[in-house]
Amino acid sequence: MNVDMDKLKDIIGRSPQESNFLIAVLQDIQREFHYLPPEALTETARALNVPLSKVYGVATFYNAFSLDPRGEKVVRVCAGTACHIKGASLILEQLENGLGIKAGETTEDMKYTLEVVNCVGVCAMAPVITVNDKYYGNVRSDRVMRLVKKD
Amino acid sequence: MRIESIDQLNQWREKCRTEFEAQKRRILICLGTACRANGAIEVYEEFKKVLAEKNINDVSVEAVTKTGCHGYCALGPLVILEPEGTFYTKVKKINIPEIVEKTIENGEIIQRLLYKDANTKKRVADYNEIPFYARQQRIALRNAGNIDPNQIEHYIAVGGYQGMAKALTQMKPQEVIDEVSKSGLRGRGGGGFPTGRKWATCAKVESDIHYVICNGDEGDPGAFMDRTLMGSDPHSVLEGMIICAHAVGSIKGYIYVREEYPLAVINLKKAIEDAREFGLLGDNILGSDLCFDIQVNRGGGAFVCGESSALMKSVAGEIGEPRAKYIHSVVQGLYNKPTVLNNVESFATVPMIIEKGADWFTSFGTPKSPGTKVFSLAGKIMNSGLVEVPMGITLREIIFDIGGGIPNKRKFKAVQTGGPSGGCLPAEKLDLPCDFDSLTAAGSMMGSGGMVIMDDRTCMVEIARYFLGFLVMESCGKCVPCREGLYQLYQLCTKICEGKGTEEDLELMEKLSKTIEIGSLCGLGKSGPNPFVSTLLYFRDEYLAHIRDKKCPGGVCRNLITFTINDDCTGCLACIKACPTEAITGEKKKKHILDQELCTQCGSCYAVCKFDAIDIT
Repeated sequence: MNVDMDKLKDIIGRSPQESNFLIAVLQDIQREFHYLPPEALTETARALNVPLSKVYGVATFYNAFSLDPRGEKVVRVCAGTACHIKGASLILEQLENGLGIKAGETTEDMKYTLEVVNCVGVCAMAPVITVNDKYYGNVRSDRVMRLVKKD
Repeated sequence: MRIESIDQLNQWREKCRTEFEAQKRRILICLGTACRANGAIEVYEEFKKVLAEKNINDVSVEAVTKTGCHGYCALGPLVILEPEGTFYTKVKKINIPEIVEKTIENGEIIQRLLYKDANTKKRVADYNEIPFYARQQRIALRNAGNIDPNQIEHYIAVGGYQGMAKALTQMKPQEVIDEVSKSGLRGRGGGGFPTGRKWATCAKVESDIHYVICNGDEGDPGAFMDRTLMGSDPHSVLEGMIICAHAVGSIKGYIYVREEYPLAVINLKKAIEDAREFGLLGDNILGSDLCFDIQVNRGGGAFVCGESSALMKSVAGEIGEPRAKYIHSVVQGLYNKPTVLNNVESFATVPMIIEKGADWFTSFGTPKSPGTKVFSLAGKIMNSGLVEVPMGITLREIIFDIGGGIPNKRKFKAVQTGGPSGGCLPAEKLDLPCDFDSLTAAGSMMGSGGMVIMDDRTCMVEIARYFLGFLVMESCGKCVPCREGLYQLYQLCTKICEGKGTEEDLELMEKLSKTIEIGSLCGLGKSGPNPFVSTLLYFRDEYLAHIRDKKCPGGVCRNLITFTINDDCTGCLACIKACPTEAITGEKKKKHILDQELCTQCGSCYAVCKFDAIDIT
């Protein structure tokens, strides 16, 4: 996949070129590209003057980062305690079957990525899923696939 | 406009207050995350549209205020009409013309949109009379749901930055520390460490720079009080941090916010910009010597970063691994400089303590845990949402009187407090007072205040397994007992859930728990076995049922349960459509048939059946 290097350099250039901004820079890249392409890691390492190994370490330590390209729509199933006891695992199962992928994977047509998230903090509407930035509450397992396809 | 002195602040406040109070009719629309997801933004837009079209006397479009979270998330979207305090629940876009015409123009209350008391079946118009609100004592949440978090003028109008002004102009740093110490405020993030003592130690350390950090990395699943505070009243957090900066002599503050809380980040950043513009952040705040600025750092989605030393590593752009704390972070914290780290709720509480005094604060709560605490109620409970109550109130009062009890006439089984590091408390402990020491003594902990309520359709072994699985994923991997030990605990717990466990496994798990507790560096590891230890303490029977009888009393563990359809089946076809393995067959209006060979015990049928026609044994 070709990466828009100008855009990448522009994002990195917006932040102070200091090592303590490493996470913030990677977050900005992740937000724009929805993942961290290899070029992003090398370019960030060079610009902030930190070893590539450290950039890789940070990129793989935090859940917010993905090294694989993600789908157009990122479907996240909340697995917080409230969602868990209200049937989140059943919802995840339906989505895995419906999309034909496991949690953490992306469909071949790059349309959907399925993820599990610890808690999105809207426990009052448990069980919750999010599709990109949109929240859906009181989700029913038998309707969740329709919900995702409709979004 | 820069505010240079306390006189200017007071003048500005008068102006803000006059403007704020000029709007006699205020239409407060909750735009918390839950209400937003249920269509609150459309409600807000529609109100503005209808009011603009109608052009009613004295009620301008400005009367429509978007507020932060009101707390009663279960009934959202919420609309409150001031000055009467009429409380409309589950408001939809189509209701707006009716509300404007009937209530706003003619003062008529629309009964069906009011809150309905589940016990008395009566509709209640005034939100102060709703049990959920009536029992609360709001200090940290004082402004949540009443003001627009994006308008600094609102915060000023309701008395904001008054505590800061008092601290900066009338109190020496030591006096601020003394007042906070006297208030007995204990860290609201879970540790319960005295805030005043923390500040005092940090202030004493000689250094070229001191840091103030606000911990908004609310990682406990099932907890959402910090999200609400940062999103609904961000200035209260900033004000608390500025007071702290004055007390310890800091010039730089950070707020570390969870990655999953985008709204909190937006509102905090807006609040910081506004505070800078008015000179409430930056150089010589209110004409004093204090120069202090705050930066927002987004977390990376790692639970361990809620731990102080890991969080500081993360702020510095590094991998969030905790370190051993023979030197405390108040002495050597961020960049090895003395650092005060407090929770969001602690900071939001501080301005009120300074403004009203320690004696006022200690008039709430218990002698050892003064003040109030915000709890989030979630799970199998009628009134999910946020409540702030005096410390020492019993679990029963919170869960049943305020929370409204368990839905669907089911039985209360346990309440999980303190997140993954906490524990599950059974019905026998319902009369336990909620304060730091009582909860810890009972084998759980206060934590950040998340309460997840569980009914009899919850399996406690499976809950322990769930938390262990969570901690296995979130262990940073530095200490072997945590990294490997929790994994082994998880595996053994899974074995029990599958009906393959033995009583020797339980013994092994107990031993392993002790090892993990002793051998781990940070709180995550040390308290990691808690979900197992506390469920075993109170629900040993359930473990034994899984092991000896190969039964799951909660009806959750798939290997140990059987689904059957009883005679209450009306033949509605719902379960047939829901079943992913086509194990259920039948015709409309005839009792359906479940093929045990095909059934995977997934529970889809149970989840959709409205007639209690699915039995789990």
